[in-house]
Amino acid sequence: MIETVGTWIAAFLTLCILSFLYKDNPFYKFAEHLFVGISAAYWAVYEYFNVLRPNLIQPLFGEGQFLFIIPLVLGIMMLTRLLARVGWVSRWPLAFIVGTYAGYNLIAYLQSNAVEQVRATLVPFIQVESWQTFFGNPGAITFLTAIAVPVVVVGVITGIIYFFFSKEHTGIFGRSARIGIWFLMIAFGASFGYTVMARISLLIGRVYFLLHDWLHVI
Amino acid sequence: MNIVERLEAIDRRIIFVLILLAVVLPLLFPIGFKIIVSEPVQGFYDAIEELAPGSVVLISSEYDPATMPEVYPMNQALTRHCFARDLRIIGMGLWPQGIPLNQASMEQAAEEYGKEYGVDYINLGYKVGGIVVISAAAENIPTTFPQDYAGRPIEEFEIMEGIKNFDNVDLIVSLSAGDPGTRQWVMIAQGRYGKKVASGVTAVSAPAFYPYLNSGQLEGLIGGMKGAAEYETLIEESGLGTQGMDAQSIAHGVIIFFIILANVFYIIGKRRKK
Repeated sequence: MIETVGTWIAAFLTLCILSFLYKDNPFYKFAEHLFVGISAAYWAVYEYFNVLRPNLIQPLFGEGQFLFIIPLVLGIMMLTRLLARVGWVSRWPLAFIVGTYAGYNLIAYLQSNAVEQVRATLVPFIQVESWQTFFGNPGAITFLTAIAVPVVVVGVITGIIYFFFSKEHTGIFGRSARIGIWFLMIAFGASFGYTVMARISLLIGRVYFLLHDWLHVI
Repeated sequence: MNIVERLEAIDRRIIFVLILLAVVLPLLFPIGFKIIVSEPVQGFYDAIEELAPGSVVLISSEYDPATMPEVYPMNQALTRHCFARDLRIIGMGLWPQGIPLNQASMEQAAEEYGKEYGVDYINLGYKVGGIVVISAAAENIPTTFPQDYAGRPIEEFEIMEGIKNFDNVDLIVSLSAGDPGTRQWVMIAQGRYGKKVASGVTAVSAPAFYPYLNSGQLEGLIGGMKGAAEYETLIEESGLGTQGMDAQSIAHGVIIFFIILANVFYIIGKRRKK
């Protein structure tokens, strides 16, 4: 029974939100405000029970670990942003967060997102095995596999050239930068295509819910 | 007003209706387009297949109800695949809302394959901290997650016997819809501890993770509902991913048609103005 009521409420709110596609209306406004209100309440409760209580209140007041006074003070300092006269105090905990996070991430980020990516481009330009596969079994897929490495290497080099602004983009340098733009545009296009796919997937999810869980027609 | 001007001024709600029909009709009357499995999804599948029965797979759920249509089908297919291969699952998450979703997925698969909570799978729940949680769990899982998602001490559960840190985990899977998520798992679990990491992500974020796949930092990658459908094809189970593929293909066709049409009329209109 409860589940049925929940399904009907969810279906009603889904239709309220979708009604915005026709035009702005009170049903949409109602669902929007309800969503914002419930989200705020949900996160407030969740933050208290999953962040504040287990990581600060319980260790400090329940177990007497007084070292936790430091994060408590830093947290209170952060809240001084709400008061214009002493707002500058919040910069200290913010600096602590930025410093800690930067230090913690620097090596790992550099290793995974720079060093490993550079290493992935330092491979033989001509992949003999891939070309052998292509000549043995000519086709679009085997051809694209064979030229994958040259495409990556040319794309990386010309892309970097495009972002090199200390030299005027003329002559060979300019033409390379133009190729770099093409690579960037194709990358943006692929990314946009994926975004469209994601949005359609979300629509499918909602329509599936309406047809399957609510109306039981599929 | 000629046809070009009329189409240039077309009410966008007509396009909305056509997109809606392109989604609704294939769901009501499935066509059954062939689903071709891509290499990244095959890599993901192979990473699971290579594990010996009894191996431990850590599934970290970093998604929420907003991205459920894309990631939840992957979650379902993955848990089914793991249990079908007699693998043990340790669930956890860096997003609080991903925990109940992963739990629901594991419970459903456990029922289908006769698996038991605490013996074949466990859900360690959510811990705030993102990348720091991954580092802490890599060193010591019981200290980082002393209780399961329902607040029960993890020593109570048979599955946690002998599980100390990432050395006791055979594969890590991040089902991610953003940060903290796959990027952090690659940075710490793969980069620092050399663990095998595979990932399922939303279509929006998939292009950002292909470089990790190319460099071998990811074993496999499932991107969006299409990826989920491919994975379902591999494990021979039809879920939301497979059911949604007809609608996805038709809707994409309609969008491509309108993009071409709009550009053609834009060019014609431009020439006429000249």
